[in-house]
Amino acid sequence: MAHIAELPNVLNDSDPMIPRLMRVVKNRPETSNTFTLTLEDPDRIPFKFEPGQFNMVGIAGVGEVPVSVCGDPDSPMLVVHTIRAVGAITDALRRVVPGQFVMVRGPYGHGWPLREAEGHDVVIVCGGIGLAPMRPAVYRLLQARDRYGKCAMLYGTRTEKDILFKREFMRWRTRKDFRFELTLDRGRGVWRGNVGVVTDLISRLDVDAPNTIAMVCGYEMMMRFIVSSLIAQKLDPSRIFISMERNMKCGVGLCGHCQLRGTFVCRSGPVYRYSDIASLLPVREL
Amino acid sequence: MSALSTDLVKVLQRSELGWLLAILRDRGYTVVGPTIRDAAIVLDEIASVEDLPIGMTAEEGPGGYRLLPRSDDAVFGFGVGPSTAKRWLLPTSRILWRTRLIDGTLTVLPEVAEAKPVALFGIRACDLQAVDILDRVCAGGCYADSHYVAVRERLFTVAVDCADPPSTCFCTSMGGSPAAESGFDIRLTEIAGPPHRFLVDPGSEAGSAIVDALQAALASEEDLAARASQAGQASQRITKRLDCRGLREILERNAENRTWDEAATRCFACGSCTMVCPTCFCSTTKMSSSMLTGESECERQWDSCFSEQFSFIHGGSVRESTMSRYRQWVTHKLAAWHEQFGVSGCVGCGRCIAWCPAGIDITEVASTIRRSDVAAKRPTVGKEH
Amino acid sequence: MKHDLSAKLAGHPFVQGLSEDHIKFLTGCIANVKFMPGEYVFREGEPADLLFLLRSGQVAVQVYGPGRGVTTLSTMGAGEIVGWSWAVPPYISHFDVVAQQMTLALSVDAKCLRAKCETDPEFGYQMLARMVKVIERRLTATRIQLLDMYGSHR
Repeated sequence: MAHIAELPNVLNDSDPMIPRLMRVVKNRPETSNTFTLTLEDPDRIPFKFEPGQFNMVGIAGVGEVPVSVCGDPDSPMLVVHTIRAVGAITDALRRVVPGQFVMVRGPYGHGWPLREAEGHDVVIVCGGIGLAPMRPAVYRLLQARDRYGKCAMLYGTRTEKDILFKREFMRWRTRKDFRFELTLDRGRGVWRGNVGVVTDLISRLDVDAPNTIAMVCGYEMMMRFIVSSLIAQKLDPSRIFISMERNMKCGVGLCGHCQLRGTFVCRSGPVYRYSDIASLLPVREL
Repeated sequence: MSALSTDLVKVLQRSELGWLLAILRDRGYTVVGPTIRDAAIVLDEIASVEDLPIGMTAEEGPGGYRLLPRSDDAVFGFGVGPSTAKRWLLPTSRILWRTRLIDGTLTVLPEVAEAKPVALFGIRACDLQAVDILDRVCAGGCYADSHYVAVRERLFTVAVDCADPPSTCFCTSMGGSPAAESGFDIRLTEIAGPPHRFLVDPGSEAGSAIVDALQAALASEEDLAARASQAGQASQRITKRLDCRGLREILERNAENRTWDEAATRCFACGSCTMVCPTCFCSTTKMSSSMLTGESECERQWDSCFSEQFSFIHGGSVRESTMSRYRQWVTHKLAAWHEQFGVSGCVGCGRCIAWCPAGIDITEVASTIRRSDVAAKRPTVGKEH
Repeated sequence: MKHDLSAKLAGHPFVQGLSEDHIKFLTGCIANVKFMPGEYVFREGEPADLLFLLRSGQVAVQVYGPGRGVTTLSTMGAGEIVGWSWAVPPYISHFDVVAQQMTLALSVDAKCLRAKCETDPEFGYQMLARMVKVIERRLTATRIQLLDMYGSHR
């Protein structure tokens, strides 16, 4: 089911359950409840990952959570995570300060199909925090822009205050070779941009369906709406990729927590070919 | 590995059974075998033949397990109890790492647990099959559980044929049989006699070495005939069936079958079935720290897909209802397991039936779903007839 | 001039698949309009006497509330329509619609449309079928907005 055969090396590959301690270089708030941690390995060991992969990030004595890597894959000396504070562990991570250490295991799983997408048009659709796992893919696409056809990213979020990586996104928007569209659920005051759900942006897009690969990231319920809009644009379900969220605990397919029918999300996912799991998404509590 | 050849089968008299135990202990094995504790026959360290449940049996049925004396003094005259080999291969809890402050620097120290050589004495064929399945789960993927591999490499198995399987057993539906046919180092067959004796059959080189050391007599034609006839009778005694034909597809397309809701009205979501199942492997990690030193540790523990936290993603559980957790357990075991590991996750040991406080029978649930298969009723879902 | 208008109309997605006769009829009801940024296309409470087929630019559907200021509910651009109140009695606009960029559109006279719909059921069906498609999409979008699902909320 996995679209990439091999899994890349992880830190501590002799025992993938042993974390490395990484030093906090920066902890910057992004929005009211999200923040970005920039980490470095104290032994300056480069951290290699594929866009879309995740790490288990934690604090000794508190616990660890799966978080997608959202830095630049071509800057392996820094490990970057954008995290939403939603529970005890992520709250504790929000309070770390430069110089402190956090635990990192990974990278795990399969990422975005950037190789398969070469020579094709690429449409990225994401919502809310779903922009974070997409950012490394955007870096890759921009870095190897000539290997891809038309590129577009459609990003939806709640309000202007919830725009993730706002300055960077606004800078991306000035590019002529990559279309970046942003839409808000509600526009207040002076907002002059799009208002409406991200699926509205899909229906406005001029898509060359047989030649397009779509990558979708966001809350599962929203991804279902996004995918159905993409299919309405004649995209083949096998050319749509989505990133699934489940309770990844060990990260290496040994603990059973993130099982999704015949797969473990940590190993076969988190990025799946939509056609492989389309029949599972409507089943409640699977 | 199958038995090497019938001409290597030896025979031990009942009074000589202790030799085998002694040789294993002598070779450095911690011998783990069936013994009576807390009104059940469990697996634990045994020192001598006297620790075995001689002359005892267990009556097993849906939601019931009761020790009873036998009318004879059979050593292995019972079925399977609540404990399984996984307790040794996947300990119920194990420290993975600790942090220590070394010269003022926080350091993660991996905890390498000692992998003692263990001899499972009296393991049943179904449990051997379960170990084979665990090998695929814990060591067959791209990442292996290093502790599992270390224990497994040192594991020695003395299998015992089931002569008197209880009514909860259905190994014959799951590709197994009450007699051990492969996967053991030594196979024992208890023959009530007279004379009360054991056939000893090596299944590996390590097994052969031990059997040779016994210096026992060769089994006779008569002994081998007795073993074969006993195996045949035991198989016939197993009447419970799980029809596996197309079961994977049936379960996959029946995620919304009402049978799940019905089973869930009885299920307590206690997770007992997952604890006694010889192939359930789920685990979690718990971290704790010392207020005094600030040092912390990470412990891996058995977990169960029946708990609410099991499928927790930020904000809530994916599987909130008992229905969805029961369905998850059964469909993983009997369907998704095939896709993940190439085999069924069930060996038909029947423990989940006996140890379910509500007496839910996985074979009955599977057959009810088969009978009410949505595809059988509505061959053209979503299309007009 | 009329010929130019008819070409502009025929190129708009809203009339795709409409018969030549019907396009010809519509051409008689339309005018070429242009809105500068900040200019209102129509205001809440006004009679809905025009339907707008947007050709370029962007307009915002807004509502104002004391203490809240202006809230933008959705934005629309080229190829889309604004002003469905023309089809539903009492034909009054519910929201403010303001141009956010220089916006070019074709305005369709609502009285003319309604009269034609009454007398030509085939034309009426075609109009309503197109309106339903637009309404369905906006309702779904509104429902998705209502779910507020850029994060999971429990």
